[in-house]
Amino acid sequence: MDQLIMHAAGIRKGVIETVYQQKQGHVGGPLSAADILSVLYFDIMTIKPEDPDWPERDRFVLSKGHSAIGLYVTLALRGYFPYAELATFDALHSRLQAHPDMTKLPGLDMSTGSLGQGISSGVGMALAAKRQNKAYKTYVLLGDGESQEGQVWEAARVAERYQLGNLVVIVDANNLQQYGWQSDDKNGRDTPDSNHGAKWKAFGWNVSEVDGHDISALKETLQHITSAPDGKPKAVIAHTVKGKGVSFMEGNFKWHSNVPTDEEFEHAMSELEEV
Amino acid sequence: MGTTASKSMRNVFGETLTELTQQDARTVALDGDLGNSTRLAFVEKENPSAFLQMGIAEQNMVGVAAGLASCGQIPWVCSFGAFISRRAYDQIVVSVDQPSLNVKLVGSYSGLLTSNTGKTHHSFEDIAMMTLLPNMVVLSPGDALEARQAMEAMQRYDGPVYLRLSRDETLDILPGSDRKFAIGKSYQLASGQNVACLSTGAMTPRVYEAVQNLQEEGVHVTHLHFPTIKPLDEQAIVAAARQHDHLITIEEHFVAHGFGGMVSRVTSRDEPVRMTRIGIEDAYSQCGKDPELLDEHGLSSDALTERLRTIYEQVSSS
Ligand SMILES: Cc1ncc(C[n+]2csc(CCOP(=O)(O)OP(=O)(O)O)c2C)c(N)n1
Repeated sequence: MDQLIMHAAGIRKGVIETVYQQKQGHVGGPLSAADILSVLYFDIMTIKPEDPDWPERDRFVLSKGHSAIGLYVTLALRGYFPYAELATFDALHSRLQAHPDMTKLPGLDMSTGSLGQGISSGVGMALAAKRQNKAYKTYVLLGDGESQEGQVWEAARVAERYQLGNLVVIVDANNLQQYGWQSDDKNGRDTPDSNHGAKWKAFGWNVSEVDGHDISALKETLQHITSAPDGKPKAVIAHTVKGKGVSFMEGNFKWHSNVPTDEEFEHAMSELEEV
Repeated sequence: MGTTASKSMRNVFGETLTELTQQDARTVALDGDLGNSTRLAFVEKENPSAFLQMGIAEQNMVGVAAGLASCGQIPWVCSFGAFISRRAYDQIVVSVDQPSLNVKLVGSYSGLLTSNTGKTHHSFEDIAMMTLLPNMVVLSPGDALEARQAMEAMQRYDGPVYLRLSRDETLDILPGSDRKFAIGKSYQLASGQNVACLSTGAMTPRVYEAVQNLQEEGVHVTHLHFPTIKPLDEQAIVAAARQHDHLITIEEHFVAHGFGGMVSRVTSRDEPVRMTRIGIEDAYSQCGKDPELLDEHGLSSDALTERLRTIYEQVSSS
């Protein structure tokens, strides 16, 4: 467990460092997803970093593709490619494009970046497993803002119709998007959509709700639902905080995509060191 | 020229749209969760009742705009060029263009320079897609001032329009800042012999610089700027084809089916002439800083200076 907590902190530090060094990239979304990524890649998923194309591997789709840097740091820490390569993030001719590009980097199961599309390819992967009698599972990380795309619900319907019990969608429910709606929230904006669980339930999915920063709860929930005997596709509503781990970024939409100043960088890193 | 304009196209867009909503209460801005990037947020700040956040749902947003327009409202729908064109195309065709509704579509961050977000966010298809539609007017201003003029013309025009905007500071105002923008009209920025350059959008300031560089070398080529891509200024194209041995079209868009394709349709029909079409070649792009990307695709002023000179020398010696 401590290991998973350390990995999550490592992911957050890698994100902040890379964005600071490259002066590019999204911050808030990767930080809210760090604990989820840690649990998936260091515990739940059956994968072989040394053989990224292994046909039996569990699949992962970062439907909220703008959080790519979070996934890259995770893959580097897990041994898919040298950690030093993170320094090329978003640079010309890099394998680490701003949004995941499966034609460039081994270990990426799908290209994403236009919101709403990743979940559909996840449905396709889960259908392929069934048609080929394979045991692998497909995990999709979806944004709550992203869930405004109609395509998400088109995918949800088909997954239920074909009883894709091997499909797990994790909603990173951080109540913020890029700009969103005016609100009385302290930072003035939000994503007014608190009822994710009820929606997925209404679409016939097996739904769990969990604190997306509670590593042991995340682990337990994912273990539990993936062993559920029913054929229903699984939705995990992970209640998260955008910018989690860095006090001045938490819950502030301005850190959706922003580069820390020198001072902010020092401050953020010192907070993350404490974990 | 040569210095960066004090105002980016997107800021001028946000300011102008705010004014348009204040001048005419039928005007309403629809955002696809990008208002802080596209500057649609200016409208929300200054005139909140004229702003509707549609969330990350471009298809629905375009459909809602069609409904608003059918009831006499003047909706301005804005997202990144990539998403508004590709994501919502059937909605644009069936709900907006076929009924010829008064919807203003704005593709912000068009072309190559999208703040280092890579190929998913680059839009090299939107000119092709939008000009294909029979009722659509397609505007592609070359500087911030022209963006404002184009918006004022759009507001007066009754029918579907696509406005193609760039994100960043363009080079400072094109010469002739007193020029009157009119839908369907091109402007001559330089006159020369043998070769005429036809450019559109934010490519025009870069081409203008390249043409200036060549002038300093004693090479004079003609330069025409097309802030309207549809309806195309066919007269100006035919005249340029008659007066020159070679036309060069330049755009921040796939060369296969863009502005250059539209121009060659006119020349092949009315006045066949040798042409070179410069733009994004038939391959996907990637991340990079703006100057790196312009160089990578041969679209920086320096790269263009070389390319134009080479063509000019070939044409002049044959
Ligand atoms: C189709 C599409 N529309 C718009 C965007 C621009 N965009 C990138 S991230 C983002 C907000 C995403 O919010 P959310 O899904 O909640 O992600 P998170 O808050 O976790 O970062 C937007 C609008 C996009 N990438 N794709």
